[in-house]
Amino acid sequence: MKHNNWTGFKEGVWQDEINVRDFIQSNYKEYTGNSDFLAGATKRTDELMTEVQKLFVLERMHGGVLDIDTETVSSLTSYAPGYINKDKELIVGLQTDSPLKRGVNPFGGIRMARQACEAYGFKLSDTVETEFRYRTTHNDGVFRAYTEEMRKARHCHVITGLPDAYGRGRIIGDYRRVALYGIDRLIEEKQKDKKALEENVFDTDNIRLSEEVFKQILFLKKMKEMAAMYGYDISEPAANTKEAIQWTYFAYLAAIKEQNGAAMSLGRVSTFFDIYIERDLTNGTLTEIDAQELIDDFVMKLRLARHLRTPDYNELFGGDPMWITEAVGGMGKDGRTLVTKSSFRILNTLYTLGPSPEPNLTVLWSPALPENFKKFCAKVSADTDSIQYENDDIMRPHHGDDYAIACCVSAMEIGKQMQFFGARCNLAKLLLIAINGGYDTTSGTNIGPQMPVMDTETLNFDEVMERYSVYISWLSNLYVNTMNVIHYMHDKYAYEKSQMALHDTVVERLMAFGIAGLSVVADSLSAIKYAKVHPIKDESGYIVNFETVGEFPKYGNDDDRVDFIARDMAHQVITELRKTPTYRNAVHTLSVLTITSNVMYGKHTGATPDGRKASAPFAPGANPMHNREENGALASLNSVAKIRYEDCRDGISNTFSITPEALGKTEEERIDNLVTILDGYFTKKAHHINVNVLNRETLIDAYENPENYPNLTIRVSGYAVNFNKLSREQQREVISRTFHESV
Amino acid sequence: MIGRVHSIQSLGTVDGPGVRFVVFMQGCPLRCKCCHNPDTWDFSGGTEYTPVEIVEKATRYREYFGTEGGITLSGGEPLMQPEFAYEVFKYCHKVGINTCLDTSGVVLNDKVKKLLTETDRVLLDFKYTDKALYRENTGCEMAAAEEFLAYLKANNIPVTLRQVIIPTVNDDKENIIKLKEIVNAHSNIDKVELLPFRKICQTKYDSMGIVFQFGNLPEPKPEMMTKLNNLL
Repeated sequence: MKHNNWTGFKEGVWQDEINVRDFIQSNYKEYTGNSDFLAGATKRTDELMTEVQKLFVLERMHGGVLDIDTETVSSLTSYAPGYINKDKELIVGLQTDSPLKRGVNPFGGIRMARQACEAYGFKLSDTVETEFRYRTTHNDGVFRAYTEEMRKARHCHVITGLPDAYGRGRIIGDYRRVALYGIDRLIEEKQKDKKALEENVFDTDNIRLSEEVFKQILFLKKMKEMAAMYGYDISEPAANTKEAIQWTYFAYLAAIKEQNGAAMSLGRVSTFFDIYIERDLTNGTLTEIDAQELIDDFVMKLRLARHLRTPDYNELFGGDPMWITEAVGGMGKDGRTLVTKSSFRILNTLYTLGPSPEPNLTVLWSPALPENFKKFCAKVSADTDSIQYENDDIMRPHHGDDYAIACCVSAMEIGKQMQFFGARCNLAKLLLIAINGGYDTTSGTNIGPQMPVMDTETLNFDEVMERYSVYISWLSNLYVNTMNVIHYMHDKYAYEKSQMALHDTVVERLMAFGIAGLSVVADSLSAIKYAKVHPIKDESGYIVNFETVGEFPKYGNDDDRVDFIARDMAHQVITELRKTPTYRNAVHTLSVLTITSNVMYGKHTGATPDGRKASAPFAPGANPMHNREENGALASLNSVAKIRYEDCRDGISNTFSITPEALGKTEEERIDNLVTILDGYFTKKAHHINVNVLNRETLIDAYENPENYPNLTIRVSGYAVNFNKLSREQQREVISRTFHESV
Repeated sequence: MIGRVHSIQSLGTVDGPGVRFVVFMQGCPLRCKCCHNPDTWDFSGGTEYTPVEIVEKATRYREYFGTEGGITLSGGEPLMQPEFAYEVFKYCHKVGINTCLDTSGVVLNDKVKKLLTETDRVLLDFKYTDKALYRENTGCEMAAAEEFLAYLKANNIPVTLRQVIIPTVNDDKENIIKLKEIVNAHSNIDKVELLPFRKICQTKYDSMGIVFQFGNLPEPKPEMMTKLNNLL
């Protein structure tokens, strides 16, 4: 098949089938040079960004939410076109008719939408309330099917953050398809797929899929209508760079108008855009300044994306994040790097537009990346604290070389794999429940198998492990079943029509489970094994505290005795999860990631044998507990690197803060050292790292004088936040984390 | 063989080139009034390690060393445990780890000379360029450091020359000029580092119940450091 707008591109199978990867592989131009070619911000960009900054200030002044359209239910075409400044914008499209005005999306649950409006001083309109009186939401569905035990597990916070009242997110549409093929071709292909389904037996699976494809086609048509409202016809493939970016953005915009998923990630667009940029540079219709300007304008739009959330939600996912994650760099299967000039251009937006948490720029690292690109990344990290790194070499074998990252650390092949998001269970709380024989002391709930409280003066490691294993097995089964309910209902009542329209009709599904409190559990079990842990009971006979006597190895010091406890725990959990079948035969995966919920999980967990006090925060993700590292930064990295990606295919998050002085004496030394540290860490088969290069004093000052730090961005746990948008409690926790200092 | 080790820092970026695994040896004969690590003075403290244990630990970090990095023995004074240090370095070389010695150059005997045969680089902390100041503020003789440096030159061992800059004590132009003369006279010195005097170690002195003798002096201002560096 041929199209005029494809003139100048190398031919390939991508023309005959929907295959963006093949298009990229046939056409991209790798770049191994340095950053000298980059252009700065234009006057237009600066002016527009100034307007955007003013909007951010206004938003903060209004308590974090500037405005809500309470009359309209968010959808692709339900708002009139919105602009920041129509005359100045190059790439257009907003979620509602005005920048930073949030739409309401009650499909996940009407109560959540209502509470969110009220939390910011608004009232959901009667029109919306009435409409949803006659509509079953995802949340309604879930609670119809939840068992008593599922409700209890949720209530006592042993499993929390579940997407049972909001959009599950974590699905990445292949937004590039709209640019490469145009909507009409995509509809045509989906119609063919639907026709093919007619040949199958009409069992539950086939009927469901047929209906889904029907909805997908409907929403492809709506995407076209939405673009038409902005004066664009996206029926045909994009003809140039500007259109390629605009078409891609429209596709993403459709997704975030339709869905309020927790993480609405972008994918891997920069090298795709680079092919259009190279073509236009060659034919003389674009300059480097134009190219950067278009990318800047696109990124500016992404920075304006918002969803309406409740305060409860913010406790889990602090900082108002969208996780507009863009995967940058990486290596191809053929050994060529996927780094292009546009990999530099997208990172350059942190200079042209200033540091920012969104989009969540994620570098797919391999020691084989071009040295110039590695150095540029390290420089950007040191300057902006805005990017994260993930190990391309361990993900590529599982996901090929056209995968992206959803949320923080979840890899999936673009357009071919999707995920059922599952938040996380609290392993530290589960340990306490096990020791107390099925009683949660913080909520006063009997839950799980009922047994006597462990009755020994000193806890015995083997006895504790034997009992803990019983509870891990029980919780794993409950967790899978709970997830099955949630995702059955999400598919039924809040199916992602736009995003799934940009997937192959037959996709692989991943079901992503998670654990919180891994380092607390590892240290607690280590204390039980290597020191003496005496349980302390309350008057009712439940164990509520521990006296720990003696030294014990602590996770974060590259000590195998305890690091292997952490590693084996992750292995045990995924092994148990795999024993219960999943909805739609999804592949079980596991993450060690908390977002900012480590504070909330800690709050609901009693004192633990490692010496952590009741209600004290956990360490985030797979991090060692704060300030227990005694052998410096690399020892800490080595401990985390021991947790196996094969067990935790949904990611292992590590957040690393180091002072500039500890990284080297000069800027050049700091950059070189950070590069070799990243090379080393990923050679050790570690999965992920957030890098902050800053002093604790800066954060303390920002805590006390927030007005002086309006744009202070830091990486927290798989994503970045504007420090000021965290709750005071979350800010204190971030300040208390280990900062690796020079000695 | 057993060595006494004060502590281990897995990420060192300021004690030698690149990313380094730094071992702080226990015990030091000097009593520098500006000392940052008074807890390394006592020869009887620390944790015992065999050379093999140290190198096995270091090996766990070799992926991070890149082309420049490696191991650094610091202290305390590593020259006071020369046989142990020699064994560590010899074994490091066997497994391809670069070796760096962070020392004051306080002693030069046959054991130290043997150690230097396995040393890729010396970070020589040349405490003062004035004999009287040296004696007064370290309790040892400058002649030892001079002799040590001469030996390094004769054996063509690369040296990073360092000095801690302490306001009112050695932050004068004359001192820097003398340092420069030393550098010019030794072709094996390929790098000079002026280190700003720091006082965050005050808490160590407090907890040990001893006086931080330079505790009343200010830390040098960055402008001062720039100025002195420009004289080099």
